[in-house]
Amino acid sequence: MRLLTHNLLACHARACTTTSNNFPLIFKDVQVELIQAEPNPDFIKGFLPKIEWNALVKTARSLGQDVLPEQSPDFSKPLNDEALLNSLHHILLEIHIMEGQMICPNCSHIYQIRSGIPNMLLAEHEINK
Amino acid sequence: MIPTPSLSHLTKEDYRKVYEPAEDTFALLDALEEDAERITSQKVNRAPDSSGKGKLCVEIGSGSGCVSAFVSQILGSSDAYYICTDINPEANRCTDLTGKENKVTLNAIRTSLLESLTGRLENKVDLLLFNPPYVPTEEEEERMAQAEQSIQGSWAGGNTGTRLVDTIIDQGLVETLLSPGGSFYLVAIKQNDPEAIVARLNQRGLDSKVVLARRAGREHLHIIRSIKPTGEDDHQ
Ligand SMILES: [Zn+2]
Repeated sequence: MRLLTHNLLACHARACTTTSNNFPLIFKDVQVELIQAEPNPDFIKGFLPKIEWNALVKTARSLGQDVLPEQSPDFSKPLNDEALLNSLHHILLEIHIMEGQMICPNCSHIYQIRSGIPNMLLAEHEINK
Repeated sequence: MIPTPSLSHLTKEDYRKVYEPAEDTFALLDALEEDAERITSQKVNRAPDSSGKGKLCVEIGSGSGCVSAFVSQILGSSDAYYICTDINPEANRCTDLTGKENKVTLNAIRTSLLESLTGRLENKVDLLLFNPPYVPTEEEEERMAQAEQSIQGSWAGGNTGTRLVDTIIDQGLVETLLSPGGSFYLVAIKQNDPEAIVARLNQRGLDSKVVLARRAGREHLHIIRSIKPTGEDDHQ
């Protein structure tokens, strides 16, 4: 699971659907694999407005990646900072979480990641119907 | 002509656990290929440049991963991001492998429909794809099949064959998650009453129609397409 995917996932347990504290999920005991991806600055530029910046910065730091600025880039202007684009490419697309857990900051539910695939299923009683 | 993705890595054993691409899959691929230019040329919402790159494609119930791998040939494997959900772990595994086989990363997530994604994806999905379980079955049989999280769930669709489609539409997920100008492609058969599905999607402010209808053996396949208006003058 790449960090871009992680940036799109929130806890959907019954207790968490009405809070904003269900995101980002917190990594625990993760095994990371770095897999090179073809650089594509236009993809990064186009996709950035869909990213939750603060969550990305926080998650990257939890994995020892400190290069992203606290302040999000201005998405209304074309992003031409090459160093930042390279960092984003690496952080969003090349870091793969292969094994480990993601913990909801609100309800502490643990979601497992196995063979690079997150399991977001909840038991029937945990889902808000 | 866009080639069908390579699935030579999947075995008979895999197809005991995961739906094997069939006529319904190929009808969806044909409809997508027909719309390739429209899908590619759509701008990405809020992106300051208009390269059209950086799209988000989400497939619900990706099974073998064949459809998303096909779309990656239309949108470009590194120009868009591909999320593939499935409740069946064997489908997650096959989707991941099909991506690797076809030189694209298909980001597999084990979940039911779009659960865990809906909060973050509002107005962000440029292409939403769903080839649902559409075979009318006894309600009880359908519930058991979905609960088993296995291959039976890939075809058992409940009374009119549309239980999961109803969930997606009635929860308002299509119009909520699509980006302005984004599109939703859905596979249905005659027994699902495609015209009624189109009418329901249109009631939700989407521009919908049947873009392909074709007989394949006993099935009368329909591909429904819904486009979310951009708010600009884009009526067709
Ligand atoms: Zn939670």
